[in-house]
Amino acid sequence: MKPLHRILMALGAVALLGLFFFPMWSITLEAPQYPKGSELGIDIHINNVEGSRPNDLDNINNLNHYIGMKRIEPDSIPELKYMPVIVLVLVGLGLLVAAFGKRWMILVWLGLLTGAGALGMYDFWLWEYDYGHNLDPHAIIKIEGMSYQPPLLGTEQLLNFTASSYPAVGFAFIALGGLLAVIAWWLSRQRTTTH
Amino acid sequence: MITSRSFFRGCLTLIAALSLVSCSKDDGSSGGAFSGDAASRVYVAPGQKDEFYSFVSGGFSGQLAVYGIPSGRLFRVIPVFSVDPEKGWGFTEETKPMLNTSHGFVPWDDSHHPDMSQTGGVADGKWVFINGNNTPRIARIDLTDFRTKEILEIPNSAGNHSSPFSTENSEYVVSGTRFSVPIPQEDISITQYSEKFRGALTFVKVDKTSGQMDIDFQLLVPGFDYDLARAGKGPSHDWMFMSCYNTEQANTMKEINASQNDKDFIIAINWKKCAELAAQGKGTIMNVDYAHNVYNDATHSATSTIKKQIRILTTADIKGALYYMPTPKSPHGCDVDPSGELIVGGGKLATVIPVMSFSKMLKAIESGKFDKEIDGIPVLNYKDCLAGEVVRPGLGPLHTEFDGKGYAYTSMFVSSEIVKWSLKDFKVVDRVPTYYSIGHLNIPGGNSTKPWGKYVIAYNKITKDRYLPTGPELTQSAQLYDISGEKMKLLLDFPTIGEPHYAVACPADLIMKNSRKMYQLKENKHPHATLKEADTKVTRSGNEVHVYMTSIRSHFSPDNIEGVKVGDKVYWHVTNLEQDWDVPHGFAVIGANNSELLIMPGETCTLLWEPKRAGVFPFYCTDFCSALHQEMQGYVRVSNGGSGQVTWNKK
Repeated sequence: MKPLHRILMALGAVALLGLFFFPMWSITLEAPQYPKGSELGIDIHINNVEGSRPNDLDNINNLNHYIGMKRIEPDSIPELKYMPVIVLVLVGLGLLVAAFGKRWMILVWLGLLTGAGALGMYDFWLWEYDYGHNLDPHAIIKIEGMSYQPPLLGTEQLLNFTASSYPAVGFAFIALGGLLAVIAWWLSRQRTTTH
Repeated sequence: MITSRSFFRGCLTLIAALSLVSCSKDDGSSGGAFSGDAASRVYVAPGQKDEFYSFVSGGFSGQLAVYGIPSGRLFRVIPVFSVDPEKGWGFTEETKPMLNTSHGFVPWDDSHHPDMSQTGGVADGKWVFINGNNTPRIARIDLTDFRTKEILEIPNSAGNHSSPFSTENSEYVVSGTRFSVPIPQEDISITQYSEKFRGALTFVKVDKTSGQMDIDFQLLVPGFDYDLARAGKGPSHDWMFMSCYNTEQANTMKEINASQNDKDFIIAINWKKCAELAAQGKGTIMNVDYAHNVYNDATHSATSTIKKQIRILTTADIKGALYYMPTPKSPHGCDVDPSGELIVGGGKLATVIPVMSFSKMLKAIESGKFDKEIDGIPVLNYKDCLAGEVVRPGLGPLHTEFDGKGYAYTSMFVSSEIVKWSLKDFKVVDRVPTYYSIGHLNIPGGNSTKPWGKYVIAYNKITKDRYLPTGPELTQSAQLYDISGEKMKLLLDFPTIGEPHYAVACPADLIMKNSRKMYQLKENKHPHATLKEADTKVTRSGNEVHVYMTSIRSHFSPDNIEGVKVGDKVYWHVTNLEQDWDVPHGFAVIGANNSELLIMPGETCTLLWEPKRAGVFPFYCTDFCSALHQEMQGYVRVSNGGSGQVTWNKK
């Protein structure tokens, strides 16, 4: 790996730090009572779950009591404690890859990044499943066979709410990190092939 | 809102209407030739918003109404001087002090003239000031939450009509008395009017950031009836102009006896000079009583303070700061054009509209040539100050506003019309009828240096046959006219609350962008606030029971209370825990002798309830808050005697 490739790899690793500043995923909830512009939203950060606007999480929790959904309490979600550590480890490993300059290490790093991402999505789905299905038996509104799991990706109608779940700005930093690593790997191929 | 497509459609309709009904005349009736066009001009489609906010005085309702222009839709009635059980205004423990005066609690007044705060002579969308005519007061309404935040009583004034009319940067709002009285008040014969009665003109300082009002000084002037006012702008910035009638100083049958002089006056007051003299300690301090009521956003509560002193300046204290300009008969309006050079009188009984020149007035003052002096106030020569007269304008000119394009619009009460005339040559260029008997008129920003001259709105006293009849008492009304072209065109009639006197209007975005959605719960400093359900409780001290209650969709906490006794004073302190837009909760309890509570998100309100009989009584939420609003209810048990040990269900 030439210095350019090492720099690209290092930038790719550092790009993940964007996750500390931007949410990686967002769920928005629109309803007749919460029209576009006044819709409710949840932003998922690596270390926090918060409302898109100051009171959104409280309002969502309050509305969810009608269907018996558990309150979303960021403090009770352990993933929010260790996700930052995982991201920091990935950043550190990425920088080591850049330092060692071994091409195969890039692939290992990309594998770890993808694996972490896939595990994260699976974990997210598990949480959504739990919130959507594990409902209070004394809920005010009970509809036979109805669950309230928001979509993993995409848009779905849940009673009067249209729930949309999409990657947010932070996710772009993961993509950028992966892309830069792929570019570093690709560009560095010539040296190995010409020899 | 008026899209090019709808305009185009309107034009087509107009052409069709003209070709089909070529003989119909524009008499303002529904079949008029312009009706198709008019409908599209005032149509604000569902979900769309109006272009202007209009704040219309509620007259004898004592309130302030908020309309959208051009649709004429009523959005809100802001309680100001009169109690309003719907909003708990004057009934809750928090708002009772707002209506306190030196005469005690006054539940009503007559509000005439709203005026918006200005910066650089242009409406700035921060506050609306409005006068209380009967028990002289000025109120300040905050345009972030459309609530009355301050009411200041004006001592020595006997009818606060010539008010509040702001100066160019809202340095001051003014209060001129409609009725002259003995100052200080004394028990004397009414026939001593001319020697003993005086007029009080009060200058109220406005704090630039908080808006808080404070009486800076009061001028004692001859005992006439002071009617309307306008501050100067630009070159005339330092001056306030105020019309007055009854210069005859009649004390009975004023209808006739105050209508004898061919000319009355516009008093020109150099307020800047007066303020400087007051600051230097000129004049005397008079002992008076007046209430100053301030609503605190943090505690959601008002306090009323009786203040004791004001600074009085007599005409002798402020030589060279006051002049009388003669003006034709019994003036009402006294309006300054956008340049600040022309002052337009509106003599109700005059045959002309006099247009006075500020620069000529200054020259006349400099020349020292006066007709006479009244109580040390020089009376200038009418002709010396005159820029020109609008001749044969119609009957009963009252009030004038400006379009910023070189034209003035004067309301004509007697001939019931609006007359448009040129500020260049004072010639009438157009006139339209009003239905009927127009009082004030308003152009958005039409009193300022930069009018948004798209519409003029007539505020009429009489409607007779214009609406479906509602018995002897009919609605009063507003009429919207398009003034974007050469000819004024009637677009819309809409009914108003109480009596619409004056109104102010400004572009909607000036206010919308600052509109508050809720009160922050964490900033709630109400002494009886309950910020979470875990803290709800009921306490007793003597026969006072305090219920610290919360409401959130869709329950009260607590909702079962026992231990209240007949004869107790129960204070329901209800905090709305919602932090969501447009989710108020109400509270009502059977037999309450006052009102409901209507509690905004994050706010705390208190209702006093004095149960008269034993039993179990319900209370409930009055504002449909959710699908389970009907279930938002609870019970309070009232006992005859017993230990009075209060209990409640804790969550």
